[in-house]
Amino acid sequence: MTTLAESTAKTAVSPNIFQRARQSMKAHSLFLKGLTTLILAAGAVVILIPLVFMVSTSLKDRNQLRATPPPLLPWETVMVEVNGKEEPLYKVNLDGQEVEMALIKNQPQGQGLFVFPDNAEETYLLTIADQELLRKLEIHPENYIEALTSVPFPRYLLNTMIVTFVGMFGMLLSSSLVAYGFSRFRAPGLNILFLILLSTIMLPRQVTLIPVYILFQKMGWVDTLLPLIVPLFFANAYDVFLLRQFFMTIPLEMDEAARIDGANPIQNLFYVLLPQARPALVAIAIFHFLYAWNDFYEPLIYLHSRENWTAAVGLQTFDALYSVNTHLIMAASVVLVLPPILIFFFSQKIFTQGVVISGIKG
Amino acid sequence: MEEERKKSRLSLSQREALWGYAFISPWIIGFLIFTLGPMLASLYFSFTDYNIIDPPTWAGIDNYRRAFFEDPIFWHSLKRTLYFAALALPLGLAFGLLLAILLNQDIPGVNLWRTLYFLPSVIAGVAIALLWSRIFNPRVGILNPFLENVLGIENPPGWLLDPDWAIPALVIMGLWGIGGTMIIYLAGLQGIPTTLYEVAKIDGANSWQRFRNVTLPLMTPVIFYNLVIGLIASFQYFTEVYVVTSASGELGGPARSTLVYNLYLFQNAFRFFEMGYASALAWILFVIILVVTVLVFRSSPMWVFYEGQVRR
Repeated sequence: MTTLAESTAKTAVSPNIFQRARQSMKAHSLFLKGLTTLILAAGAVVILIPLVFMVSTSLKDRNQLRATPPPLLPWETVMVEVNGKEEPLYKVNLDGQEVEMALIKNQPQGQGLFVFPDNAEETYLLTIADQELLRKLEIHPENYIEALTSVPFPRYLLNTMIVTFVGMFGMLLSSSLVAYGFSRFRAPGLNILFLILLSTIMLPRQVTLIPVYILFQKMGWVDTLLPLIVPLFFANAYDVFLLRQFFMTIPLEMDEAARIDGANPIQNLFYVLLPQARPALVAIAIFHFLYAWNDFYEPLIYLHSRENWTAAVGLQTFDALYSVNTHLIMAASVVLVLPPILIFFFSQKIFTQGVVISGIKG
Repeated sequence: MEEERKKSRLSLSQREALWGYAFISPWIIGFLIFTLGPMLASLYFSFTDYNIIDPPTWAGIDNYRRAFFEDPIFWHSLKRTLYFAALALPLGLAFGLLLAILLNQDIPGVNLWRTLYFLPSVIAGVAIALLWSRIFNPRVGILNPFLENVLGIENPPGWLLDPDWAIPALVIMGLWGIGGTMIIYLAGLQGIPTTLYEVAKIDGANSWQRFRNVTLPLMTPVIFYNLVIGLIASFQYFTEVYVVTSASGELGGPARSTLVYNLYLFQNAFRFFEMGYASALAWILFVIILVVTVLVFRSSPMWVFYEGQVRR
C-alpha cells in the first residue's frame, strides 16, 4: 500500500502522473458504472418477465392459451376463410416475391398445400418451415369482466378492503396510545412491560393460533371478518416499537409547552405528538396495508363461507376449482396486485424512510 | 418538579403512572387475551387430546412422544423445512447484499432501478404464487421453453411437479421477491460513512479490498438482522406452498416433497382437527425457533462487527 506521503513524493518526480492516474480512475469508474448498469438491466428483465407474462396471459383467450410454447405476448394466428373454412395465413416466398397464402393441408415431410385466399383451386406444394406464419397481437380485455363477474370477486375485494382499512385504523389508534404510554410516562414496571412487548414480536403466531381460534369460535366470530380486525385494536407490538422510537426523537419541550397551555395528556398526544409523527404513521400504515392486503393465513383459517372470503382466499379457491381458466385467474391476479403497486409508486420515499426509522442498524 | 403542586390526593408521579398505565392498557388487555392466555392454553392443549367438539382430555406427553418417535411425517416435514431454509437463506442473503451494493452505486436512474427491484416484494402472496405456478408449469409455462430453446438445456426439470425440484422452485420464486431484503441492506449501506471509503482509497485499497475490509464488516449487523428475520420466516413458510400445491389436490405435494413444517401443523389443526397434536407441534416449532435464534445470537460476537467495538 502507498501512503499519502509516498504518493505526494511520486507527484514531485513526475508532475503528470497525478492527472494520468485521475484519468485512468475516471475510465475505471466509468467502466464499473457501465458494468453495474448492464447487470442491473439483465436482472430487470428477470424481474419484469413474470409480470409481463401475468398481464399478457390475462388478455389471452382460451385458444391463445393453448399455444405451446406459450408466447410471452398475446399473439393470435391470422386466419382467413377459404372455401368456408378458417385457415392460417402465411407470408410465402413465391419466386422471389412475398405473397400472403393460406395453408389448407399438411403434407408429409414438412410440406404443405398453400393457396391464394381468393383462388382455392390453384394449390402450391411448399415447405412449411420456410414460410412465415402471420400473427397479430390480439387482446381480450373482456376477460377482466368475466373474471370479476363469474365469481363474486367485487365482494371479496370489499371484504379485503374492510379488513385492511378498519384494521389499519384500529392498529394506528391503539399503537399510538400504547407507544405514547411507553415513551412519555414513568411508572413502576413500565420498562419490563416494554421488554415483554418486544419479545412478543419474536413469538410465532402458531403458538397462540389454536386457542385464539377456539376463543373466536366460542364467541361465534369464526366465519366473520371480526377475528381479522378486532385484535388490531389492541396494538401491534412491532408498530408500537416503531412509533415509540419515533416519539422519543420529538423533544420533550413540546409536551411541556402544551402542558403549560393547559393540554391534558390525551390532547397532547393528538395535537402535539401525532402531527409531528406523521411520517412514521404513514409508514406503518403503508406497511400494514401491504401486510393485510396480501395476508392469506388467517383469512384462510377464519373465513369459511364464500361471501366472507377476502380476495386472497377467493382467488386461491377459484384457482383450486378452475385452474384451467388461467386467463381469468391471471386477470383476477392483476386486479389484486394493482392496489399495492399503485400505493408503492405513490409512496416510494416513505418506503425507504420507513426502513430508516425502524432503527435496524446495529 | 414533583413537589411543585399537589392538586388532588394523588401525587404528581402517581398521576403520571396512572396515565401511563391507561395509555398502555389496550396492549395489556390484548396481551392477556390474545397472547399470554392463548400461550398457556396451547401449552395445556399440547398435553391433551382435543378435537374441538369434545372437551380436551389429558394425554400426558403422548403428543410429544408421537411427534418425536411415532410420526415419520413430523421428521419429514422438519427436514423439508430445513432443506428449504438451507437453500433460501444463503441465496437470499448473498443476492440481496449483492443487489444492494449494485443499487448503491452512483449510476444514472438509480432510483428507477431501486423501485423496479423492490416492486415484486410489495405484491407477495397468493397472486404471485399462482403466477409462478404457471411459469414453472412444463406444459403451459414459459420457463422450460426458455431453458430448452435459448439456453439449450435438454430435459429441464418438472419443477413443482417433480419431488426433487419442487423446493428449489419455491426458493427461486422467493428470490424473485428479494427486494425486501435488498432495501434493508441498502439502508445499511447508506449508513456507512463515505470518509471510510476515501481513507481506504488513499491507502491504495482496490474495490475488492474496500468491499472486504470496509463494506462487509460494517454490514455484518444488517446481515445478522436479515439472517434472524429470514430464519424465523422460513420456519413459518406457508402461503406460497399452500397455494401452489392445493390446486394439484395434494397439499405439500408432489409426494409430500413440499410438506413443510407449518403446512403439516396447519393440516393437523384445521384439516384433521387434532388440536392437541397441533398445539404440541406449535410449541416444538417455538422451541426450535428460540434455540436457533439463541444460537445465532451466541455466534454473533464471532462475526458481527458493531461500531465503537474493537474487533477481536
